[in-house]
Amino acid sequence: MLTTLFRLELKSAFRSPTWKQNLWMRILIVFAILYFALIFLSLGIGAYYIIKKLELGDPFEVINRYVLYYLGFDIVFRYMLQPMPVANVQPMLYQPISKKTIVHFSLLKTLYSFFNWSHLLLLIPLSVVLIVEGSDSLQTAVWAVAIYLLLLANNYLNILVNQKTVFLVAVATLVLGAAALQYFDYFDLSIYTQPLFLALYNQPTLALLVFGVAVLSYFTSFSHFMGQMYLDTGLAKKAEKTIAIQGKYFERFGKGGLILKNDVALIIRNKRARMAVFAGFFFIFYGLLFFTGAIEAYDGVYWRVFAGIFVTGGFLFSFGQYVPSWDSSYYSLLMTQNITYMEYLRSKYTLIQVFTAVTTLLSTWYIAFGWDVFSYVLIGALYNMSVNAAIVLWGGAYVRSKVDLTSSKKAFGDKNAFNYKSLLLTLPKIALPVGLFALVDTYLGTTAAKLSIVAISLVGFSLRHWIFGKVIAIYKKEKYQTLKAYRS
Amino acid sequence: MIHVSQLSKTYSGTTVLSIESLELQAGEIIGLVGNNGAGKTTFFSLLLDLIKPSTGHIENQGVRVDESEAWKSTTAAFIDENFLIGYLTAEEYFEFIAGLRGVEKAELSGFIEVFKAFFNDEILGNKKYIRDYSKGNQKKIGIAAAFIGTPALVILDEPFANLDPRAQMQLQKLIKSFNSEHGVSLLVSSHDLLHVSEVSQRILILNKGELIKDVRTSEITLEDLRAFFSEEVKEELPSSES
Repeated sequence: MLTTLFRLELKSAFRSPTWKQNLWMRILIVFAILYFALIFLSLGIGAYYIIKKLELGDPFEVINRYVLYYLGFDIVFRYMLQPMPVANVQPMLYQPISKKTIVHFSLLKTLYSFFNWSHLLLLIPLSVVLIVEGSDSLQTAVWAVAIYLLLLANNYLNILVNQKTVFLVAVATLVLGAAALQYFDYFDLSIYTQPLFLALYNQPTLALLVFGVAVLSYFTSFSHFMGQMYLDTGLAKKAEKTIAIQGKYFERFGKGGLILKNDVALIIRNKRARMAVFAGFFFIFYGLLFFTGAIEAYDGVYWRVFAGIFVTGGFLFSFGQYVPSWDSSYYSLLMTQNITYMEYLRSKYTLIQVFTAVTTLLSTWYIAFGWDVFSYVLIGALYNMSVNAAIVLWGGAYVRSKVDLTSSKKAFGDKNAFNYKSLLLTLPKIALPVGLFALVDTYLGTTAAKLSIVAISLVGFSLRHWIFGKVIAIYKKEKYQTLKAYRS
Repeated sequence: MIHVSQLSKTYSGTTVLSIESLELQAGEIIGLVGNNGAGKTTFFSLLLDLIKPSTGHIENQGVRVDESEAWKSTTAAFIDENFLIGYLTAEEYFEFIAGLRGVEKAELSGFIEVFKAFFNDEILGNKKYIRDYSKGNQKKIGIAAAFIGTPALVILDEPFANLDPRAQMQLQKLIKSFNSEHGVSLLVSSHDLLHVSEVSQRILILNKGELIKDVRTSEITLEDLRAFFSEEVKEELPSSES
């Protein structure tokens, strides 16, 4: 029975819209997977030697100190990104399959998730390196298995608590708090947890305890799900409490204001949109990699322009990229209502600008790294608000993936929103300003280079109506294709 | 009001709709009847410029729908759930549509009053998003919204399906009164011969993409219509009597 269900699952994977899209798409997905696999692999092989080279102490002990954070971030990422397994269980309930089988299947299925097997790409090479470098092979193997079991326990813990945002906030605060305390040398939690993980190596029998924890987590979520297998409990669509939105403010902007008001409701009331905005705000911290000199390769001045654009462009990249897909479930309505493309695009343009401005305000703490650093943030913001805000709308005309706002899948769970045209359009968003900067910088100096970005932003802003005209022509040309994709 | 000429829609070699010419007068309720796959929704989608005709074109109130957008200010439709915004409450959705159609808030609440009985206390004042309503209630919300701003033409695809018998009767009344009191022209499709013959003044029967009958309701009885469809069934099925 289980194998039948797995065969069904395989079918659903290969017949998903992601695979049915064009060749470019598939190549991209394969590349993305290879890319992540490679990162994990190189981290797994490299970690030992990097720690050794940096002289942080015995590599294995250092690794055991950070296992805590690894586990902590793992569960936070799982919470945010990992899709829940129950989604398509309903049709099976009417079939002669026992509920136990269905639940076991749903839970076992998650083992095939990227969030579980990707860790193996890290753990296996790491263990091999450890053994090569002189650790006991059996003990290392037990240690690695135990860590993996803890990750699997995370997997089932996440399934168990996934509906509760309180949990995420609690864990995230704990992990980030502990990290911050350690960073500022107040209190180092990892010193106290390190022996626990080391013990798994020194006392392999302790691994049995971990095994017990993993099994317990499995059966806890199993019994939880058994109680959920009714249409009026776990599988029921819960009617949410409504959140009121003050509409008065928007009314003065006419029809564009109506759409803006809708967008605010969209962001507040839909998990996927919320997550996209949330992810956008994380971009603010991206600049730390560039401005602190943490990574040598990023020290060049051009990288600063790059960073400035990313720091303030979070919303633009995470939310703006999917305009008009956010409206896909009612695109037919918008296409038949008394509203012009110009009104529609301008309201989206405004939305992106407002969010970019807010992001910029939230990034003011970069002043702490000096005014020069902050000037790049400001330049990036200006460029994003004028040129990129328009380019992102242009790219949107080619995005044909439906965003199912009510779907239980996570914002990044099914990345079928890429297509190569929109991917190509990310190039001018970054390459154009960085290239321009580099060019002017070489011949006229850094100040002139900064001013050139300001100048091109102003030009972009004054030409926005002309750009909109071009974008509208594309929207009109793509209209039937887009509708077809959204209505299917 | 509507002028169709040489219209056809073909998907990879299969013609799903082909109408040589059709003229629909303003101020009428026109019923569109046909089996699944007869081309009703295709026709509506073409009329709303949601799909592109393979040949020919449609004019709505003097403008070609695939060339101008002027028809959007005088035409409203409810085809399916793609016309609803799931994360809004019913009131917010009505306000959104009213805003787009230039209807003042005060005017809107008076207008919604007309639908009170139709809503059966299940829609207004409920703090609930549209996506959390049942299919039937979603349909009611969509239908009511299509009438906001009393457009010159309202297009409803299968409005009676998914409604309970009482709501079906009320909808018949609403359709008739919008037509007779406000001069709203309507295009209504249905599987159900009874509903269509009850409300419409003219009936068009589509079969496999072709317009095979175009009659005034006054000239034909429900029995005639039924007979028309049962003819087909007899041909398809081996007789069970012998």
